[in-house]
Amino acid sequence: MVVKQSSANYNLLTRSSALETRIFPELSDDRGDQGSPPPRQLQAGVTLAKRYAIQEVIGIGGMGSVYRARDMHFPSVTKLVAVKEMINSAPDPLVRETIVQNFEREANLLATLQHPSIPRISDYFTVESRSYLVLEFIHGKDLEAIINEANGFLPEDQVLSWAIELCDVLDYLHKHKPDPIIFRDMKPSNVMVNHNGDVILVDFGIAKTFQTGIKGTMIGTEGYSPPEQYRGEATPSADIYAMGATIHHALTRRDPRLEPPFSFSERPIRRINSSVSPDLETVVNTALEYNPESRFGSAADMKHALTAVARKTGALVRSPQTGTIQASGIKPLWSFKCEDEIRGTPTLFQGTLYIGSYDNNLYALGAADGKFQWKYPTDGGIVSRPALFEGNVYIGSEDKRLHVISTRSGKVVWTYFTNGPIRSSPRIAEGHIFIGSDDNHLHAVNLNSGRMAWRFETADPVRSTPFVMNDLVYAGCETGDYYAIDFRGELKWRFRAKRAITSSTVGLGQVLYFSSVDGTLYSLDSRNGWVIWRFRLGKASISTPCVIDDFVFVGAADGFIYAVEAKSSKEIWRFRTEHQVNGSPVVYKDSLYCGSVDGSLYCLEYRTGRLRWKFGTEGAITGTPLVYDDIVYIGSTDHQVYALLA
Amino acid sequence: MNKLFRWLSRLFGNNQSSSATTQEIANTAPLTEQQIQSIVTNQNPRFDLQQLVSACGQSVGKQRDLNEDSLLAITTTMAGNSGNLPFGLYIVADGMGGHQFGEVASNAAIRTVAGYILRKFHPYLFHVKTDTMEESFQEIMQAAVTDAQRAIQREAPGSGTTLTAALVIGQQITVAHVGDSRAYFIYPDGRIEPITRDHSLVKRLEELGHITPDEAANYPHRNVLYRALGQGEILDPDIFTIGFPQPGYLMICSDGLWGVVAEQDLIRSIVDAPNLQRACQNLVSAANTAGGPDNISVVLVQLIG
Ligand SMILES: Nc1ncnc2c1ncn2[C@@H]1O[C@H](COP(=O)(O)OP(=O)(O)O)[C@@H](O)[C@H]1O
Ligand SMILES: [Mg+2]
Repeated sequence: MVVKQSSANYNLLTRSSALETRIFPELSDDRGDQGSPPPRQLQAGVTLAKRYAIQEVIGIGGMGSVYRARDMHFPSVTKLVAVKEMINSAPDPLVRETIVQNFEREANLLATLQHPSIPRISDYFTVESRSYLVLEFIHGKDLEAIINEANGFLPEDQVLSWAIELCDVLDYLHKHKPDPIIFRDMKPSNVMVNHNGDVILVDFGIAKTFQTGIKGTMIGTEGYSPPEQYRGEATPSADIYAMGATIHHALTRRDPRLEPPFSFSERPIRRINSSVSPDLETVVNTALEYNPESRFGSAADMKHALTAVARKTGALVRSPQTGTIQASGIKPLWSFKCEDEIRGTPTLFQGTLYIGSYDNNLYALGAADGKFQWKYPTDGGIVSRPALFEGNVYIGSEDKRLHVISTRSGKVVWTYFTNGPIRSSPRIAEGHIFIGSDDNHLHAVNLNSGRMAWRFETADPVRSTPFVMNDLVYAGCETGDYYAIDFRGELKWRFRAKRAITSSTVGLGQVLYFSSVDGTLYSLDSRNGWVIWRFRLGKASISTPCVIDDFVFVGAADGFIYAVEAKSSKEIWRFRTEHQVNGSPVVYKDSLYCGSVDGSLYCLEYRTGRLRWKFGTEGAITGTPLVYDDIVYIGSTDHQVYALLA
Repeated sequence: MNKLFRWLSRLFGNNQSSSATTQEIANTAPLTEQQIQSIVTNQNPRFDLQQLVSACGQSVGKQRDLNEDSLLAITTTMAGNSGNLPFGLYIVADGMGGHQFGEVASNAAIRTVAGYILRKFHPYLFHVKTDTMEESFQEIMQAAVTDAQRAIQREAPGSGTTLTAALVIGQQITVAHVGDSRAYFIYPDGRIEPITRDHSLVKRLEELGHITPDEAANYPHRNVLYRALGQGEILDPDIFTIGFPQPGYLMICSDGLWGVVAEQDLIRSIVDAPNLQRACQNLVSAANTAGGPDNISVVLVQLIG
């Protein structure tokens, strides 16, 4: 973080000049490399100060790398050291000098300290534009790597014992005489866990008097620091807060650097990781109190509180809480059974529900009671969603035809042939029906005459439903080609995804959204096809997105329903179902409804993704629910269509 | 273009009598539906192709010796497969760090971000390409910011800068934002809407309800940022895409302007001016008249047609 102007100056530690800076003019200057690739790391085999043989890079930090090296002063044994490098590439001599001063201060400070959780320092030196600090090598990993590499959450007892040790070393630093030492930069990457499982505090880079600049000083690590540290106050209480932030990160795996500052209370530990004991959560919350007075009075107090938790929870085994909401007591208002699977989506018009089935029929049912009104037979399965216009219902069938049926009589008005099965749904706009076909064409059919106005040749079958906006028709096809076609059937622009675009498009404002089998949710500028953002899904998707407020919702074959912010493409939440999500989510009032191949229809709170209820059917759900007048309608491959209270 | 401004000046009062104008703005805003409509219709027939116009202004202010702000404005059109597209890149960076080289940081930020983006668009600006780019606007912005982060850590370690960059392609503005410079939408009916969120301690405390907006205005640590380009191992810039206001203006500025000049006066400086250049001059002098405590940078952009 940066202070543009700071007035406070804290003298936090004693200086001892136990070690002197030696200058070795053996490496070339790094100043020449501005604007070129980042400064090179030392290669294995380089020997520094005629003593330290570099082996490999073990860490990368703000100012340079940390290397593992062998100390050649011990020829008969392999004594390993950590060599921390600071590259001084500042062009200004004054800045360069300040950096060397900071470095020397860190070395001098470290040299005075003795604690099992603080690495011993054995040497330091500057080689032209690089300064080096030689430390005890710690066999182990830093806590950030441990958190990132863990499969799931770290065990509470593990985190608890590290936290106790860290409080102990903080207590040691805070009791330092004559002045307390404030660590200032407590965070997982500055904590190492050695081969014995003990923690070691590394990186005293800023644990020192910070420079008072007229316009700027760096004073800590965003995310982990308390409010007062942003104001330039560094106190033992600030370290306690950062300690709490570090434990919070370790228990929840949520990196606070990616969240706004002081937002821990918005991510309660047990809501993310319900296996953590309430007592430990309370201790962490106390450490993270906004006001320093409300936190623990000292690191020793926090250590006592943690020890008390450890005594209480004791055992290593804990039974994980089960808190999932079950589908209890949800009864459909009605259901209707067809003779084969329902894979498509219903449409509702004037009290009648229209839905196609793989028994080849289009059904008309009473929306209120599910009463059969009529059915219309085609010669192929129907996955296409019916469209309604002026008393007629329009539907595609795998019998290659677009059928137009009178809603009153259930009798055919006209049909239109394509040369391939139709899986796309009709879109009615500007006096035309737009529909894709497996014959590799997008068809525009005149609404009145039932004749082809034009057809546009695509690279592969069009199974997505055309979308119409700004006088253009948009549709993707199975090669991944995506077309924007004007009303005369001429290509306006084209875009290409890496795999099929089976998902249909939704548009809002000037922006188009669709997903692809390449595992991406796309956002395109509708006028020119430029990509605004791409969001990576876990797996392929054929689910059509749903856009509400500033949210885009979509399902994927990885079983998740995703909520993404439309403006920024940031993930807001994701919800896991038990199988692929191929249908589209639908939002009604403050709920999101979506089916899964696991057989359930899910009702989630759409802003948070929290499960409200789910309703199980006997077969996979691949269609999209329809919600109208507080009733949800959904078809299932168990042959049934259900009506549920929303 | 002058016709519109003359028309707007009539609407908002003439810039000659500036004290009266303040009154008038307060009374006229918001405009009636008809007035807004006539602004829209007035603006519509002006170009048959969409075009961007922009202007900028800078001043070191009255109380500093050094200008640590950097600014960039590029306005052109791009020949695309669907006709000529407006293309614009506008950046304000407010360097901080004093002896730690704020101006080096802000300069490196502008150079690196603009360099990265223009290299990406080079084939589209200077060759005829029929297919669109695979990378998205937001991915390009993200990569450009990451590049700048590295450049600053290399060229001016320890220093930092704000960055508010707007890439305009067609009608879409993609913004990358870190720190407390700001981007605003300003509408002819007198509304002003910040579209960025400050990464400052004071803003965060205000969001959390620990201080009121009034307290925020007088908060002693207003200059503390929790996110800055060049600082921290993980940089999480705000990146988002938003439609260009039509009618309206995009304004990007450093806190030397927004922290010093009241919103009403910002609006007035713009709508009173006969053109964008003058609007920028008015903004800069308003900040200097108010004491000019900090460097001032401003870019104004309009999408016409
Ligand atoms: N003594 C050591 N032994 C082994 N690894 C170390 C040691 N010191 C640091 N490291 C590794 O290097 C990383 C960066 O070191 P650190 O001192 O935190 O540098 P920076 O100031 O650049 O953050 C640490 O996170 C850790 O993984
Ligand atoms: Mg570190």
